[in-house]
Amino acid sequence: MRAFVVAVFAFLYLPIALVVLFSFNAGHHASEFTGFSVQWYGKALANPFLVEALKNSLFIATTSALLAALCGTAAALGLARVGARTRAVFDALLGAAIVVPGVVIGISTLVALVQLFGVVNPFVASLWPNDQPPRLALGYGSIIAAHGLFSMALVAMIVGTRLGSLDRNLVEASSDLYATPLTTFRSIVLPQIMPAVIAGFLLAFTFSFDDFIVAFFVAGAQTTLPIYVFASIRRGVTPEINAIATIVLVASVLLVVLAQWQLRQRKPSH
Amino acid sequence: MTAVPDIEFRGVTKRYGSVIAVSGIDLAIPPSAFVALLGPSGCGKTTCLRMIGGFEQPSEGAVFIRGHDMAGTPPYRRPVNMVFQQYALFPHLDVEDNVAYGLRQARPRLSSREISRKTGEALAMVRLAGYGRRKIHELSGGQQQRVALARALVNKPAVLLLDEPLAALDKKLRTDMQIELQNLQREIGITFVLVTHDQEEALSMSDFVCVMNGGRIVQLGQPSEIYDEPADLFVADFVGKTNLLSGKVVGLSGKLVDVALADGTVIAARKRTPLAQGEAVSVSLRPESLSLGAPGSGRLDGLVRNRIFLGSTAEYAIEVQGIGTLLAKADHLVGGGNLFKPGEPVAVGFTAGTPLAFPENNGTNQRENKNVEIVS
Repeated sequence: MRAFVVAVFAFLYLPIALVVLFSFNAGHHASEFTGFSVQWYGKALANPFLVEALKNSLFIATTSALLAALCGTAAALGLARVGARTRAVFDALLGAAIVVPGVVIGISTLVALVQLFGVVNPFVASLWPNDQPPRLALGYGSIIAAHGLFSMALVAMIVGTRLGSLDRNLVEASSDLYATPLTTFRSIVLPQIMPAVIAGFLLAFTFSFDDFIVAFFVAGAQTTLPIYVFASIRRGVTPEINAIATIVLVASVLLVVLAQWQLRQRKPSH
Repeated sequence: MTAVPDIEFRGVTKRYGSVIAVSGIDLAIPPSAFVALLGPSGCGKTTCLRMIGGFEQPSEGAVFIRGHDMAGTPPYRRPVNMVFQQYALFPHLDVEDNVAYGLRQARPRLSSREISRKTGEALAMVRLAGYGRRKIHELSGGQQQRVALARALVNKPAVLLLDEPLAALDKKLRTDMQIELQNLQREIGITFVLVTHDQEEALSMSDFVCVMNGGRIVQLGQPSEIYDEPADLFVADFVGKTNLLSGKVVGLSGKLVDVALADGTVIAARKRTPLAQGEAVSVSLRPESLSLGAPGSGRLDGLVRNRIFLGSTAEYAIEVQGIGTLLAKADHLVGGGNLFKPGEPVAVGFTAGTPLAFPENNGTNQRENKNVEIVS
């Protein structure tokens, strides 16, 4: 039984361990380890295309996560006040949004955006006074929108759970102590749900930063880090890719751990 | 009475869908009273408290605070403060910020010096001076309870509402807090409205007890009245321990009735409501109104089944043929009283007129609530 468990974990984590190991390879090939070196990290960070992709990814992840945290929290707060039946429908829809495969989100977002552009662009052009009307196109905006859409559901779920465990008495106590609804929200509700909002933000960031599938569909001419990695693999796997993968891996694990830690912080007490 | 009542209910009914929680209540609570709303769970007492606090709106009728109709006034504009059952202290704030919370909402703003002075006074009042910087979760249950009190009282409300405030404390602490609450109420002189299902708590702490059942006020009076002169069978049974014996009215003579018990014994009982000849009644006999003696010397003869020794007194379960088990409480330190042993035959006696006779099956009587007002 123990051997079986070891085998399962080895199967799961050995490839990842190898990726990390080969990022420290002194040689040029991802298949034979010839000595320890951190040169590939230096090379990776000196690669202007890669740095550009990294910057794009960071920008998109930050923006979409902020968007998701804001809109997701607002959605959760709104859903806390609706009737049980409406609530059940929206909860199911949120859950569905999270389990829909990336490919489906990617292609449906692409189709939706292209349709939208097809309507909006001619309309704007017809109103525009000169020959250079602004045109909506795939790019930063579309990736942020697609990532934000998915993460919003994630944040709404996490914050909604936290709101559900929030002691109603605290809100009543605040109201009893002369606080207006706005003050109650600011001084009582927000501090209580903040860890969930931050955790939601971090998970949304991680999702966006790691995502290849959705971004691949809607990126247009833009390159995110996962898209860059995918493209460079066609030119052969070098330890440089391993180095990037290791950086992304470490950053993601850190963020997820941070998110979990936030969720455990200051559990609403009763 | 000329003073404007602190709290007044006028024909208040509260419905949740088809469920009636509170039904046509009229009640006036005078200033500086300590009033307990007492009743079993679901009797509407908490709903009444929440309607004073503004967390529920009456479906019919109106609630007045110091003569002002509170219809449409949200909780944050009502001059009352509540101590919640689970205290509802803000877990992310320390003790001082919890207590200062209400003061910080005052407009025009109070100076921070003023706030910290008042907060300090409030904490000293509940004997928590020096605890200001503690976190809530670092405090014991009793301390949290006192923070909740300070947080409410610091605002100098017209009325303090207490929702089963002692339910979460252990017995020893509960007794201490009962005395502390009583002292506080006398010291500050504001009206306290306490909701409780614990009749002992209601009787021991309050000036007036308002017994509720099925959304109505069944009886309102001083604790001794409630205990000695219960309005009906429900109150007699709910407040304190009592023996209820079934019987039939066989004779009427002024305030007294003769009741034939199941075994044929006829006893003289007082009546609270008009009774008819032949009517089925329940007779209430308090355990401490029973006296025990040598067989043949009392009204009923029985056998001691159990004895619970309580120090200066002892409680006995006495089985009487044809009637059932009676609970008796005897003070064996007074008048050379004996301790009876289980299995011993014993006579149970009581003075004529101590038993109270109530119409049977009328615990939830249809009596109209007259405008009940406490005269202090």
